[in-house]
Amino acid sequence: MTSHAANGAIDHHHDHTTSTGIPNKKLLMWAFLASDCMFFGTLISTHLIYRLHPPPGNPVPRQIFDIPLTSFSTFILLMSSLMMALAVNAIQKGNLKSMRFSLLATIVCGAIFLGCQVFEFNNFVFEKHMTITNSILGTTFFTLTGTHGTHVAIGVLWLGLMYVRSFKPATGGQPWTTTLLHVVALVAAVLLSMKVVLSVIWALEAHGLSGATLGGVVGAQWLAIVGTVIAIGAERWFARPAGPVQFDQSNAIDVESMGLYWHFVDIVWIVIFTAVYLLEYL
Amino acid sequence: MEATAKSHFTGKEEHAPAKPSFAFWRPTAKTGLMSWLTTVDHKKIGFLYGSFALFFFLVGGCEALLIRLQLIVPNNTLLTAPQYNTMFTMHGTTMIFLAVMPLGAAFFNFIMPLQIGARDVAFPRLNAFSLWTFVAGAIILNVGWFLPDGAPDAGWFGYAPLTSKLYNPTHATDFWILGLQLLGVASIAAALNFIVTIINLRAPGMTMMRLPVFTWMTLITSFLIILSFPAITIALVEVMFDRQFGTNFFEVSNGGMPILWQHLFWIFGHPEVYILILPAMGIVSEILPTFARKPLFGYPIVVFSGASIGFLGFTVWSHHMFTTGMGTVATAAFSLATMTIAVPTGVKIFNWIGTLWGGHLKMRTPMMFALGFIWMFMIGGFSGVMHSAAPADAQQQDSYFVVAHFHYVLIGGSIFALLGGIHYWFPLMFGRRVSEFWGKLSFWVIFIGFNVTFFPMHFLGLNGMPRRTFTYDGNMGWNVGNMIATIGALILGTGIAIYFAVIIYTYLKGEKAGRDTWDARTLEWSVPTNPPPEYNFAVIPTVHARDAFWYEKHHQSEIEQEKAAQHQAEAAHGGIHMPFQSIYPLVASIGALIGAFGAIYHNLIVALIGGSLLFIGIYLWSLEGAEGYHLHPDEDGHDDAPAPKH
Repeated sequence: MTSHAANGAIDHHHDHTTSTGIPNKKLLMWAFLASDCMFFGTLISTHLIYRLHPPPGNPVPRQIFDIPLTSFSTFILLMSSLMMALAVNAIQKGNLKSMRFSLLATIVCGAIFLGCQVFEFNNFVFEKHMTITNSILGTTFFTLTGTHGTHVAIGVLWLGLMYVRSFKPATGGQPWTTTLLHVVALVAAVLLSMKVVLSVIWALEAHGLSGATLGGVVGAQWLAIVGTVIAIGAERWFARPAGPVQFDQSNAIDVESMGLYWHFVDIVWIVIFTAVYLLEYL
Repeated sequence: MEATAKSHFTGKEEHAPAKPSFAFWRPTAKTGLMSWLTTVDHKKIGFLYGSFALFFFLVGGCEALLIRLQLIVPNNTLLTAPQYNTMFTMHGTTMIFLAVMPLGAAFFNFIMPLQIGARDVAFPRLNAFSLWTFVAGAIILNVGWFLPDGAPDAGWFGYAPLTSKLYNPTHATDFWILGLQLLGVASIAAALNFIVTIINLRAPGMTMMRLPVFTWMTLITSFLIILSFPAITIALVEVMFDRQFGTNFFEVSNGGMPILWQHLFWIFGHPEVYILILPAMGIVSEILPTFARKPLFGYPIVVFSGASIGFLGFTVWSHHMFTTGMGTVATAAFSLATMTIAVPTGVKIFNWIGTLWGGHLKMRTPMMFALGFIWMFMIGGFSGVMHSAAPADAQQQDSYFVVAHFHYVLIGGSIFALLGGIHYWFPLMFGRRVSEFWGKLSFWVIFIGFNVTFFPMHFLGLNGMPRRTFTYDGNMGWNVGNMIATIGALILGTGIAIYFAVIIYTYLKGEKAGRDTWDARTLEWSVPTNPPPEYNFAVIPTVHARDAFWYEKHHQSEIEQEKAAQHQAEAAHGGIHMPFQSIYPLVASIGALIGAFGAIYHNLIVALIGGSLLFIGIYLWSLEGAEGYHLHPDEDGHDDAPAPKH
């Protein structure tokens, strides 16, 4: 049991304290993902079974779905997987700065995906009049994609907590409130910027691109815009360089486990995009 | 495998600052209430699992006695029809989720890490979270007894649309849904932990094919849990959404199909049957070799049979639905798959017989239960094979023949083995041994009572008596059978009462048992003291053979040298790493409990408070880190050295 501090290098693919060499956290995550496969398998099966037995008056999926929008959000989610992989690679090499950048990029991609889903749900409910209660398609569609969205949201939260944790100072003494405020600033920045961007898009859809439209958005959303600026500023302030931190290569396994979860959620989306959306256009 | 020191000590403290930068409260109580609420010791957690399970076993037993008393004579009025519905629903749910499963989990927790030569499970705090979430689920499931809405009464498999708002407008069904949901979370978390522990924390030399059979069955059961529980989780989410948000999953008028519930429930429900029986088979596979004074016959075959039972268990769910009109092909396929399961099960039976064959049998109490298990489980298996033939099943469906069948496999199978397991490991867990006379007396009373209760039910079922009816007319020809069954139930109840009285007496005042009382074969008996010390093994054993402890007893000088070397190696690496206790798993579980109440009463604020508490618990749990302290006992486990704190 020599500490890696002694010889300077960590073998990220073999943990000599376990019987198999696989780190415990990674094995736990793989087993959990196996379980999660069955979880989504059940939901997707429910959707596919009911798809074959539409009652009279069930909405027609082709008239509901907006494939270009969903393709865009799918692409963004796939890119987030790329950023996640880069983050894991960066911390395995001990490059903290690069890891933080990649984590933030993953968070932004995840937030864009969630924003698209909010837009899509809003569109389906208010424009296309499909709700979770008024049809079996609405019931299975919203439950399945909503559960997936919840997984993405948990993933974004986890990414955010990991990002904030990477600032924990090596020397004790930082009160836990600082960490908490950093988390709050990050979450506020993500939520408020989502709100602003969505309002801009809705305004553009309703009134077309003009100075008056943008002026109207600024007038209606000025509080959210100011809040976004403050939240991003606060986050940047908490993220200022401040001495050595308690986060290094030995934490790579934490980032890697989180990455496994994130990639899994992306893969599930590929299955959902295929089986729920594209299948209707065959 | 290299024979160097292996522990869970990750070397982290050596380079990271020991002082946490967050002001965390680290509970240190070793006795008293706080020590139990904050424990991360797998043995204490196992004991708590066992205690709760035995309590609910008695509750479920009382419900069963009320059911039998109601049926003792025709047109009885002891229970009303709604009360009877509540009784059979709660009896089934309690016995499966709150008695047999947690009793299995108690043994997984207590015995499995000892059998593989580990000092704890892989994630001790996750283990505590599983325990407390199980308790939260048990509270939700039973809270209806004390509230005006009453306890759940839609049957333990809650068929749609019986669970809809239309037929069950009160919160009773919501207690059932959220209670099972929490129990599912607890089971999955515990199973993930056991999987990682068995795969990753084996002592040096403990290869997979040297694992004791009980540990193998723990692994297979854990895989069954993580793969089958998601199906019921989603099914419960769907029925919860139907009730709370008006979705249409099982709402026929909007295109929902209640048959989907049956499929989803049994995709979980059939593997669940093996989740209940495989641990029992593991226990019997430990008891028989010990008291037959022979190694287990055909070890690899027994292990692979267990694995194939687990695998096939996922392919037979629709045999619970032969009468729903699935079509000829599906019915034939599920019929064949079900018959296939009899093969690995039969293989196990023959291997147990092979173990007994030519052995020097020592007829101790655990052995009596194990032999009772083989015989009774076989009878349940035979009637199970009868059900696999779809035309015969169409006659037996929903009759007392089915009730007889599954009580033969669940009592004659699971419960006999679990009760035997308690006797077998009692000296290890508490350092005391149950009196042979009283142990055997309780066995015989239970054995006779069980058969008198359930054997007549085969005849009642074939004579057409349907299950789940609160009474029957005197001219149906069922009077004698029911009278005998109820008398049997009272005998069975007496037997269980004797069993518990003896166990409690022994716990308090029983004869002291020496180390390795039964002259057993597996590593759990090699611990330095009974009950085992907090750190389990003063020196992590090196395993050379399948019956590891038996080998140690017959190669003493070699083992002593090895232990001395290992002891030095461990001391050089900082001694025995022990994890700090933690309050946060309990906090997270309390959050889940409050959140579940919020969901039941559709109260967003309560749900948010619960959810936030759950989040805070998990977040602080991850921030406080997996640090610990070190112990330095000598090779024989004497705590003469002080325990410096980090």
